[in-house]
Amino acid sequence: MNENGTGGSLLRAMYAQFRRDLLMAYRHPQDVLNPIAFLVMVITLFPLAVTPEASRLAEIAPGVVWVAALLATLLSLDSLFRSDAEDGALELFLLSPHSLFFLCLARAGSHWVTVALPLAICAPLLGYLLSLSPHAMWVMFLALLVGTPLLSLVGAIGAALLAGVQRGGVLLFLLILPLFVPVLVFGAGAVMAAQQALPYVGHLALLGSMLALALALAPFAISASLRVALS
Amino acid sequence: MAFESFAELLAMGGHGAYVWSAYGVALGILIWNIYMPLRVRRQFLRQQARLARRGGEMQ
Amino acid sequence: MWKWLHKLGSPPWFYRISGRWLPWLAVASAALLLVGIGWGLLIAPPDYQQGHTVRIMYIHVPAAILAQSAYLMLAGAGLVVLVWPVRLADLFAEACAPVGASMTVLALATGSIWGKPTWGTYWEWDARLTSVLILLFLYIGVIALRAAIREAEAAARACAILAVVGVVNIPIIKYSVEWWNTLHQPASFRVTEKPTMPAEMWLPLLPCVLGLYLFFFTVVLMRTRNNVLRRDRRKSWAQNEIHRLNASGETEHGV
Repeated sequence: MNENGTGGSLLRAMYAQFRRDLLMAYRHPQDVLNPIAFLVMVITLFPLAVTPEASRLAEIAPGVVWVAALLATLLSLDSLFRSDAEDGALELFLLSPHSLFFLCLARAGSHWVTVALPLAICAPLLGYLLSLSPHAMWVMFLALLVGTPLLSLVGAIGAALLAGVQRGGVLLFLLILPLFVPVLVFGAGAVMAAQQALPYVGHLALLGSMLALALALAPFAISASLRVALS
Repeated sequence: MAFESFAELLAMGGHGAYVWSAYGVALGILIWNIYMPLRVRRQFLRQQARLARRGGEMQ
Repeated sequence: MWKWLHKLGSPPWFYRISGRWLPWLAVASAALLLVGIGWGLLIAPPDYQQGHTVRIMYIHVPAAILAQSAYLMLAGAGLVVLVWPVRLADLFAEACAPVGASMTVLALATGSIWGKPTWGTYWEWDARLTSVLILLFLYIGVIALRAAIREAEAAARACAILAVVGVVNIPIIKYSVEWWNTLHQPASFRVTEKPTMPAEMWLPLLPCVLGLYLFFFTVVLMRTRNNVLRRDRRKSWAQNEIHRLNASGETEHGV
């Protein structure tokens, strides 16, 4: 495994992990499609619950779409490590000679590509149902593009903490939702700024800097949590 | 002294309900904080005494 | 220093020494709280704008300070749990969480009661109140996580990780909430932090804050001692202590 130095084999291990996760998602398309169906249904509820009036819907649209996308991501995160913990794949993951930091990064990355990225693409389109303007939809997409990897990384910490707990469910929401507050504030803030024709780059930059911080720190927390969950 | 009489102290310039309910909540929470560890301790000691009477811990 | 730390980490030594401190801590905290709150309620002058409602400050501000520093202590203990094998740190963290959460509830409750006469509403989406509410959610997460994990060692480390992750996030959350607040409403009437507050008004705050700190340490020590006894219940020193307490009839009192 280590024949040509750790650098090359580490990249290969990350790639193998990533590929396996994509393959799993391909074989179980439900894991990808269910969060999107959830997103569509939640967004449909708002015109029914609040009002079908376009101007009022547009006012709440940035927040509603963001909250719905956030909840859909969290729902999908619940099972991120649990099935691996149950069938023993996680043990192998921990026994691997490679740095757990990068393997966790690869795991969060594959979650983002398979679940969060499709959500980031669908959510702005669904914003159309809430009469979001095309410009706001574009900014919504940009904000989700920067924000959803943050959700995957931070959410993975919670999923890893609960990998050994049988009934995670609501508990994951309790642990992670407060940590999502800044993402929600700046993500929805960017879209609202775009709606009012105000500059929105600052919000995206703030989201980006939080993403950089999370990329550097979250994998440590994820790997430490996985070690605890399996100890 | 900021108050002339006891009645004035209770009234708090017309805002007595707010001031005294805030301190009431505070008293309640402080008492809860004192009561809980005492109760846990008493229950733990009782349980240990029961176990000792049965002849050592079973687990 | 290291030797002292090591000794502090030894449960029997901690149990003995904390038992000796506890009455003094309790008496000092009760005295300071009585002096501070008595001073604040009876002697301090009313505010020229808010009148006597400003007296809620003497319990609200100490509770808000403790709510935050208790989370810092929780995270500090968490860091110790993750880095050094000091069992006591976890027993302390376990005791910190519910007491800190109760202080957060106290800060929220007194803050919203204070809000009614000053803002005209019990709940205002003010930056301060909102970030304290999110702090309460962080406490709830830690408490719920500990309750969910059966095995004590795993629960200790999991809670430690969550507390440290939370403390890294607190400044970011605070900043984002403040930013959100300035965006959505023009700076409303601020309750605390008035630079012109005269000394007669803020001086009583000192004994109140110190007294509530000592109160916090008193009840956290009580809980930590319970946790130590529970975790060491099969060790001989704890067995002796349990036996002694049961023989002295401590269980006969009360309900």
